[in-house]
Amino acid sequence: MTAPPTRQSILRSLALAEPAELAAVLQRVAPEAPHTVVRGPETGLVMVRGRIGGGGAPFNAGEATVSRCVVRLASGEVGFGHVMGRDGTRARQVALLDALAQTPAHATAVAKAAVTLERDRLAREAGRAREVAATRVDFFTMVRGED
Amino acid sequence: MYVAVKGGEAAIANAHRLLAKDRRGDPAVPELTAVQIAEQLTLAVDRVMAEGSLYDPELAAIAIRQARGDMIEAIFLVRAFRTTLPRFGTSRPVDTGSMALARRISATFKDLPGGQVLGPTFDYTHRLIEEDLSAEPPATADPLGPAPRVTDVLGGEGLVEPDGQHGTAGGGGEEEPGDLTREATVPPLSRAVRLQALARGDEGWLLGLAYSTQRGYGRNHPFVGEIRTGVVELELDIPELGFAVTLGAMTLTECQMVNQFHGSATEPAQFTRGYGLVFGRVERKAMSMALVDRALRADEFGEDRVAPAQDEEFVIAHSDNVQATGFVEHLKLPHYVDFQAELELVRKLRAAAERDAARRGDADRDRQEAAE
Repeated sequence: MTAPPTRQSILRSLALAEPAELAAVLQRVAPEAPHTVVRGPETGLVMVRGRIGGGGAPFNAGEATVSRCVVRLASGEVGFGHVMGRDGTRARQVALLDALAQTPAHATAVAKAAVTLERDRLAREAGRAREVAATRVDFFTMVRGED
Repeated sequence: MYVAVKGGEAAIANAHRLLAKDRRGDPAVPELTAVQIAEQLTLAVDRVMAEGSLYDPELAAIAIRQARGDMIEAIFLVRAFRTTLPRFGTSRPVDTGSMALARRISATFKDLPGGQVLGPTFDYTHRLIEEDLSAEPPATADPLGPAPRVTDVLGGEGLVEPDGQHGTAGGGGEEEPGDLTREATVPPLSRAVRLQALARGDEGWLLGLAYSTQRGYGRNHPFVGEIRTGVVELELDIPELGFAVTLGAMTLTECQMVNQFHGSATEPAQFTRGYGLVFGRVERKAMSMALVDRALRADEFGEDRVAPAQDEEFVIAHSDNVQATGFVEHLKLPHYVDFQAELELVRKLRAAAERDAARRGDADRDRQEAAE
């Protein structure tokens, strides 16, 4: 059995999940968790950085839209949500699940949901990787008769 | 100088209504949804994201629909939208070496670790119009292993220059690169700022310049070291959390162009590189960017700057199609006062010329009479 997911890895699974999956997880774990929104949801920009030559000095490649939200549960736990795109609802859902993951009552459920999301995402990506792999090409060189 | 004019409110409002009607087209035909555009016109969406310099496929799709498919207008809409948003921060540099690959080819190295995959490419198609585009399910095979960047597996003999660093070779710092969205671009630019400008530059402009380098305007025989398209994750450090959070995943295209360099007094002969990195699947742009990046490094290698593609001010100042269209298209706006002034000037010049001609005529007559 793999190690239990960390807060960082849970947030990653939530951010990379399909919107419908994310909504379903929140619905399953705690649809009515009393909370207040501390900040947002708001949409802004994150400058995407690349590296010259792929591995050299950093440069600014362009921006991406990102939505973020911070929530506080009635029991005091604070959750952060950051997702690419302009969908503030997703950011709020991630923030709420992040907060719930810190409560004794819901920590296990959120961790388990994150593992499932991760498994489903890997399955999706593996499907795509198998389609790409079928386009693998072996070029060969014609030997010129001059040896 | 542009002198403001007033009036035309009713005509402008009516023009907007007519635009909306024409944009919609025949109401009997179902309206395009932004989701359809985002799913089925993906390369148009990618181009708008790349030159709009904003990664957001849904937003680019909305812009394309609103612009009636006019790409530069859609790019303009995206650029205008980005100015309305605050900046939350700067991502960690994306790791293109760990891309989930959709395509990866090399024209220089046949047997790459990790292999070559064609992916969903127009290459090798017959360019025949097909009226029925019914798709067959794609074939599958066992997934490939990790595929490090070609340039990371090379360089054993030092025949290819290393990745670009700040300042001199080997400096390798993590200093803040310049940001042309925050500071004016005053030449000479750093390579980092040039790459930022090229990444958002007009594809057609860069393609033309790249083509000119191949036709002999600036030497440098290029090879495609590697082109890769795939998905990388975007991470942002969140101070409150004390770690980097994954924001999501994005598709990027990277091109490593390898060029000849015959050496100089200080540098041995080796291959040098041009680099391209663009949002989405924009391969032609990534290749053009890499060719132009290399051409603009002429000074670094002591090459004669003789061609347009090597002229930083010329290339960068004219690469932004939103700026270009603004300046060209403003000519459509009323210039009545300016033109009136020029008209007066032309009339004065003509009147003066006529007076001169008349005077010359009189003088000629006088001379003729005197001679007779």
